[in-house]
Amino acid sequence: MSQINRIAGGLIDRQKTLEFHFDGKSYQGHPGDTLASALLANGVRLMGRSFKYHRPRGPLTAGSEEPNAIVALRAGARQEPNARATVAELYDGLTARSQNHIGRLSFDLLAVNDLLSPFFAAGFYYKTFMWPKAFWEKLYEPIIRRAAGLGSLSGQPDPDLYDKGFLHCDLLIIGAGPAGLAAALTAGRSGADVILADEDFVLGGRLNSETYRLDEASGADWARAAVAELASLPNVRLMARTTVLGAFDHGIYGALERVADHLPSPAAGTPRQILWRIYTKRSLLCAGAIERPIAFENNDRPGIMLGSALRSYANRWGAAVGQEVAIFTNNDEGHSTARDLLAKGLRIAAVIDSRADAPKSTAYEVLAGAVVTNTAGRLGLRSVTVGLPNGQSRRIDCQALGVSGGWNPNVHLTCHQRGRPAWDAGLAAFVPGANLPMGMSVAGAAMGQMSTTAALASGAAAAVACLADLGISASLPKLPATEDSPLRLTPLFHVPGKGRAWLDQQNDVTVKDVKLAHQEGYISVEHLKRYTTLGMATDQGKTSNIGGLAVMAEMTGKSIPETGTTMFRPPYTPVSIAAFAGRASGVDFRPTRLTPSHHWAAEQGAVFVEVGMWLRAQWFPRAGETTWRQSVDREVLATRKSVGICDVTTLGKIDVQGTDAAEFLNRIYANAFGKLGVGKVRYGLMLREDGIAMDDGTTARLAEDHFVTTTTTANAVGVYRHLEFCRQCLWPDLDVQIISTTEAWAQYSIAGPNARKLLEKIVDPAFDISNAAFPYMGCGEITVCGGLRARLFRISFSGELAFELAVPTRYGDALMRRLVEDGREYDATVYGTEALGVMRIEKGHAAGNELNGTSTALNLGMGGMVSKKKDAIGSTLSEREGLNQPDALRLVGFRPVDPQHNFAAGSHLIGKDAEANAANDQGYLTSVAFSPSLGHSIGLGYLKNGAARTGEILRAVNPVQNAETLVEVVSAHFIDPEGERLRA
Amino acid sequence: MHSLAALTPLGGPLPKTEQIGTLTISEITNCALASVTLRRGKDQAFAVAAETLFATALPAPGVWQQAGVYGLIWTGPDQWFIEAPFASHEDIAQILKAGLGDSASVTEQTDGWARFDVQGARVVDLLERLCPAPSRRMQTGAATRTLLEHMGCLVICRETAQHFSLLAPRSYAKSLLHALTAAARSIG
Repeated sequence: MSQINRIAGGLIDRQKTLEFHFDGKSYQGHPGDTLASALLANGVRLMGRSFKYHRPRGPLTAGSEEPNAIVALRAGARQEPNARATVAELYDGLTARSQNHIGRLSFDLLAVNDLLSPFFAAGFYYKTFMWPKAFWEKLYEPIIRRAAGLGSLSGQPDPDLYDKGFLHCDLLIIGAGPAGLAAALTAGRSGADVILADEDFVLGGRLNSETYRLDEASGADWARAAVAELASLPNVRLMARTTVLGAFDHGIYGALERVADHLPSPAAGTPRQILWRIYTKRSLLCAGAIERPIAFENNDRPGIMLGSALRSYANRWGAAVGQEVAIFTNNDEGHSTARDLLAKGLRIAAVIDSRADAPKSTAYEVLAGAVVTNTAGRLGLRSVTVGLPNGQSRRIDCQALGVSGGWNPNVHLTCHQRGRPAWDAGLAAFVPGANLPMGMSVAGAAMGQMSTTAALASGAAAAVACLADLGISASLPKLPATEDSPLRLTPLFHVPGKGRAWLDQQNDVTVKDVKLAHQEGYISVEHLKRYTTLGMATDQGKTSNIGGLAVMAEMTGKSIPETGTTMFRPPYTPVSIAAFAGRASGVDFRPTRLTPSHHWAAEQGAVFVEVGMWLRAQWFPRAGETTWRQSVDREVLATRKSVGICDVTTLGKIDVQGTDAAEFLNRIYANAFGKLGVGKVRYGLMLREDGIAMDDGTTARLAEDHFVTTTTTANAVGVYRHLEFCRQCLWPDLDVQIISTTEAWAQYSIAGPNARKLLEKIVDPAFDISNAAFPYMGCGEITVCGGLRARLFRISFSGELAFELAVPTRYGDALMRRLVEDGREYDATVYGTEALGVMRIEKGHAAGNELNGTSTALNLGMGGMVSKKKDAIGSTLSEREGLNQPDALRLVGFRPVDPQHNFAAGSHLIGKDAEANAANDQGYLTSVAFSPSLGHSIGLGYLKNGAARTGEILRAVNPVQNAETLVEVVSAHFIDPEGERLRA
Repeated sequence: MHSLAALTPLGGPLPKTEQIGTLTISEITNCALASVTLRRGKDQAFAVAAETLFATALPAPGVWQQAGVYGLIWTGPDQWFIEAPFASHEDIAQILKAGLGDSASVTEQTDGWARFDVQGARVVDLLERLCPAPSRRMQTGAATRTLLEHMGCLVICRETAQHFSLLAPRSYAKSLLHALTAAARSIG
């Protein structure tokens, strides 16, 4: 039998029937249904098992606040755990499974936990699993992990795309209920840029779930007309299925738009969800209110739900929860529910009204001054037991019970900037406090305006006020006449009793648990939350927090506002991690930067390595080479024998100009730059303010007022930022202008004894690059290949005769090809970053491994470079006593005593006969490579007083890999220590 | 004339164009670019020289302005990027330096940047998926430095809601195009 509880009416399209599956069984529903409404229409009340006790549960609500009806949606890679059936839009072919049970949903083996409940009270984990200690990892934790938790992940990569986006508006209206729609109409008609966002797929909020009229129209029709008008306004952006999840700094809001969650799968190339960042000038929170339950014994059975949810299912979705319905209320809402359901042809078993002065009715029985004390029905409600004012009790048969305990305004977003809500005694609820996020106003039920008339009026008035702030004049619209009944409520949070009365159904927290927490001293609400888990998990206590506070207040004898609330934090409802990641996943995790010779290198089969965001060629394998070492050794030896070429474009290049450019560099670098001649290059060491080495590089003087400074690849951005800071903030009086020019020039190193010969084929004849005319550390602006402007620098990282040649980047690929072609007669070899690294270690040049954020100029063997004749950043603090001890670390070289032995960077240096411990630590190795030039491993490292210890034998100890090697202290300059090659 | 062939930022011999739906995404390489920064204390001389060179004053913050062959883009305090046709102004830095003399520092930027122009009625929808700049509010002539998928970019509105230029550091060309085409498909 299908849809046995489908009743007349509702905003569903009965012309179309959708097939869907729940726990393997097939059902039918209609467009406009949620999974929960469709299951209820099919007579299915049991939708899941509770977290801790595995109690049978059905939906408590009809919205995003749902704690119980939590399911796994879809299957395979798209399986989504912990989805709320109450907001899952039905589509044809939807599949869902219930969670949190072993065996059938109706016969969960873990329901045994419910029988053992006395052992699972608040603080159970802290008390029970303390000993024996060894049992925790092996026994307790696996059992708990098996039994607890909600749904599980598919374990497969998410096949969907997620976008991020950015929007700007004058006014963001959060929530499209009566207040939000009235505000949007007011603001939209004024011409302001308006965004109206609502988490629901049909805009209108409670208007779609209630039966009262707005003028002559039904709530749903009025909402539909309002939405149609708003959709026609080009200045209004309507965002349905969009949850505003957080209020962030400066009027910025996060919002999640579920673009394709209501479809079997997103269209190709389009996202499933979009995480929007919305920049607002003003925002208006019209988030409505959530009805709250009353706790009583066994108040968690499937079929027991909020009265407003019963009305939503009946009025909006044409779904009854049961044919016989009882109502338990402490206010007049319960009677509205009874009237609506009666009108739908359902039987009202009784309205149990806790107030002695309950309204009377001729249409249904009213039990005034009565409370529900217990219920029956293992997998679904069968009856309720009512405690009557005369002390007697009465059993009433029903399949559904609607509970109305009052309304809690949705103050969440008002508190995201540490604002605290204020207590409204009339509503017995928290309303927004005085400290709202910048630019935020609140209207409607979220502000405690509980009647529809008040909501409409407050929404419109708030919109006018928000826009007036922005200098936009808006006029109040004519609002329809509608429901304006006061909320007549006598607070009742729980019915006293011996059994378990559930406050937080998602976390299985009962009234007794809160009492136990109080008894054990966990009185602060923050402690209460952590000790009992009240208000945690996917629903964040939207239906439970106030109940918990009320019980705690009762125990401490304080008022609810004195007891306080826990913090409200974003997101308002759960957001998948994928949405936060957006497109930044897998290979697109971050952008990639390609060098000018990238395409050529890729053609050669180069192996690439990530250096920051750059992809650099690491080595260029050739036929027959089976290990990277063979390629790297070949590249090193060929360079040292004849000539090698390397793309060094990635090094940062900063154009420094101005009449004070030299003085600027003098202050930036520890060594002097004032007297650097035009056409000359100098190595510079830059210190941090604290005297520690920051970066190094070469600076070329192209003109009196024009320098080009280079940085390491890794620090290009950081150094540029540092220079901008110095220029703008420290020395604004200097005439200096800087700009990055890293990408404008393709720069190649040409190194080796035949480097000049090769370059002479490239450089135009007008330019003399002989040793006499273009000596070591010279530079110049030249032309190459028949007139292309270029820059040539005679600098060397490898220790060989070497040049760096730069041309405009668009010609970089062609220049690489030309160098290779013209270099054929010299066996020119292109080398990658590995060979580059080997050669600089052979030469004893420091790099990132040595400039590691702890080393000083003294450590690097460059103490003499820190000029005492001028002030520069870091020079004063580099003189600190502690940095200048006689046994300070010094950069030296190491070679294995037995040339066959290897050792690893990171190894610590220990005396030959000393025990390997921290007290005997003499220093550490920073860079190690196999030197094909020498035929054995070599290393650079920091050694205490290292400069005076040449020839000493130490142990390089590597406790991580349990290895050690005898090493000899040698000069850091393994190749050409006198520098004859580079000056050749 | 030198003998080296140029490649576009994407690595092809000719600029690439992609058509996705109604959007056209074009790699633009026929534009020379240089930065011009006022030297300290030379405001007067600079203003006169710039006015002579461009026949107009340099634009205010947030503005791109076409002045004859030159496009003038404000890029920072006392700093502008100057565009000109590559064919006639490949040596743009020298041309500008000759005109501005000691009143400004000039740096060649032509190959420092990859430029893509996105044109079509849905260009703002695309930009809203990538870029925090308020592209919907940008009128013809608006220009701003901003972020686009983690890349520092210069965004120029050439025609309101129809045509934008996006400049990112040249090495990001492939990633920038990927971001643009992914977003173009995303908005369907």
